[in-house]
Amino acid sequence: MFTYTLRRLLIAIPTLLIISLIIFLLLEAAPGDPLGDVPLTVPPEVKAKMREALGLNSAWWVRYLLWLKQFFWVEPVHLWDYTFGTHFGDGMQRVISFQSRQPVMAIIAERMPQTLMVVGLAYIVGVLIALPIGIISAYKQYSWFDNIGTFIAMLGFSVPTFFTGVVLIIVFAVKLQWFPSVYDTMLEVTDWSSFWQQIRQMVMPVTVLALYNAAQISRFMRASMLDNLGQDYVRTARAKGLTENVVVLIHVLRNSMIPVITVIALGVPTIFGGAIITEQVFKVNGLGQQLILSIYANDLPMVMTLTFIFAILIVLFNLVADLLYGILDPRIRYD
Amino acid sequence: MPNGAEPALRVDGLKTVFRTRGGAVHAVNSVSFDLYPGELLGVVGESGSGKSVTMMSLIGLLPQPPAEIRAGEVMFEGVNLRTCSPEHLRKVRGPGIGFIFQDPMTSLNPVFTVGYQLREPLIKHMGLNKKQAHARAKELLELVGIPDAERRLKDYPHQFSGGMRQRVMIAIALTCDPKVLIADEPTTALDVTIQAQILELVKDLRQKLGMAIVWITHDLGVIAGIADRIMVMYGGQIVEQGPVKEVFRAPAHPYTQALLRTVPSVRGDRAPKLSVIEGQPPILTAAPAACSFRDRCPKAFDLCHSQNPPRFEAGPGHDAACFWNSAADSPRAAPLILTEHDHA
Repeated sequence: MFTYTLRRLLIAIPTLLIISLIIFLLLEAAPGDPLGDVPLTVPPEVKAKMREALGLNSAWWVRYLLWLKQFFWVEPVHLWDYTFGTHFGDGMQRVISFQSRQPVMAIIAERMPQTLMVVGLAYIVGVLIALPIGIISAYKQYSWFDNIGTFIAMLGFSVPTFFTGVVLIIVFAVKLQWFPSVYDTMLEVTDWSSFWQQIRQMVMPVTVLALYNAAQISRFMRASMLDNLGQDYVRTARAKGLTENVVVLIHVLRNSMIPVITVIALGVPTIFGGAIITEQVFKVNGLGQQLILSIYANDLPMVMTLTFIFAILIVLFNLVADLLYGILDPRIRYD
Repeated sequence: MPNGAEPALRVDGLKTVFRTRGGAVHAVNSVSFDLYPGELLGVVGESGSGKSVTMMSLIGLLPQPPAEIRAGEVMFEGVNLRTCSPEHLRKVRGPGIGFIFQDPMTSLNPVFTVGYQLREPLIKHMGLNKKQAHARAKELLELVGIPDAERRLKDYPHQFSGGMRQRVMIAIALTCDPKVLIADEPTTALDVTIQAQILELVKDLRQKLGMAIVWITHDLGVIAGIADRIMVMYGGQIVEQGPVKEVFRAPAHPYTQALLRTVPSVRGDRAPKLSVIEGQPPILTAAPAACSFRDRCPKAFDLCHSQNPPRFEAGPGHDAACFWNSAADSPRAAPLILTEHDHA
């Protein structure tokens, strides 16, 4: 397993380099000018100087290599300095956002907690709802419970989050006024009342995303349970005189979880990606919202860095999913 | 063996129906039989004759729906298993009636070790702790002839060969010393040498443990070698039943006769062609109102088309459900009814 993991990590390096190149070239090919938002009153000579200052005049491969150096060398050195209070990275040029002139990583670090809190919690809630629904739906296939579960799953699947989000805002924020419609990032949890306020502002975005996640995962869980419930080993377990609880929740569930765990692990990178649309709807200052703002502003370093971090996470969690598969299923051996 | 002893298992008028989209399929039609302690009862018949379904109906192992047990009594230790509580049924499964399934490749749970799967019923039914269960599981593996049992307990089913897995299945069925062991074609999926080993093993175990065994197979050679009594099934009914020597010497039902002719002989003259029973087994969309073998039967006459034959005595402890008297080679005139075939 260890050699397998090592080999996979080594293979990941060229994979990620190619991905970074593709992202960079795509952004190059995209129309738009980072200086497009500069007022027309600014004279062209000044604009040309700004362009030069941003390094936009050099060839694309020079800029690409520079970014690679900044991302893979300068940023880790800065992280080291920050953590251990050293000064190795002083004077090195970090990846700077065109838009805010701040280091891109600082902005990401600032926005990450919001995203993890809202989107991450929604993912956990979604999984926790989805698993029991999937198990019961499969065990009582075509019962009223299964039918309602199927209906809600179809709803969660097919209705986009920007629609459910707006509906929730209209009903619970505008009409009933139970929850705030705008997520307040500045809120600091210091006591019970602010904690309660934090909970209230999280309810709606978390619900919208959890419904969406639960819809997908519960379907996977149900299908996987159904696959296993008909297996011969289930009959053997019953013939041993085991109770239905043991048969279903130990024998069948243990087998059914194998593909579902993989799906759950593969979904984790999407948490970091933030739910772009939902964050927009509820004004959560997360990574998804940042990505959209940066794309609008042609903030190439920001877009490049964010997209590449998502790529790393996806490659990483693919590996995690494969390793989990190997741990859960004794028939699979990585040597 | 039926010399006044109390049967270990008594089945009376069992009827099982499958509800399918194409209508109901009557898989088991009023099956009645007794199983005596220490006896080995062979059950034969072609695929779809209702052998496995009958046995699985006994302890409620068929998924309901689509299966539905419509009538009958299954008496085991004074309790009717068809109407008893699910808890009682669970207590019977394992310590009362053990079951060996047909396909060893899929009948073991792939993600649990063999040791775990053996310990489970021991802990549940025998009240052993984990350590005792482990020791007993090791004994059981040794009993079924798996070498290096201690180490093998930690292995997963996929690390065993087919024959070894079937031995594990047998060990699981034996964990709680069942009074009755039902073996559903336990050797069909195995090659001939392994088959012989398993047969020896079961004969051995019966002598050691003294349980009653129901052995389902479509291999008549196997039955001849190990069974005390034989039960021939066709169309979800028992068409002939008797001591194994008696049935092989003088088969009374045309189906049994045809079945015995299909067995190729390795001695004597080579037959020019393998014998087959012409036609297809019936698809039982309705409860039989006439003999279900009539269309394939060389002896069929008008009575066979209008009435389902009851079981007629053909010898001591030997009966056959046929209107043709094979011993006299003539149609029966006044039927001497042994058991009423249709109870409902």
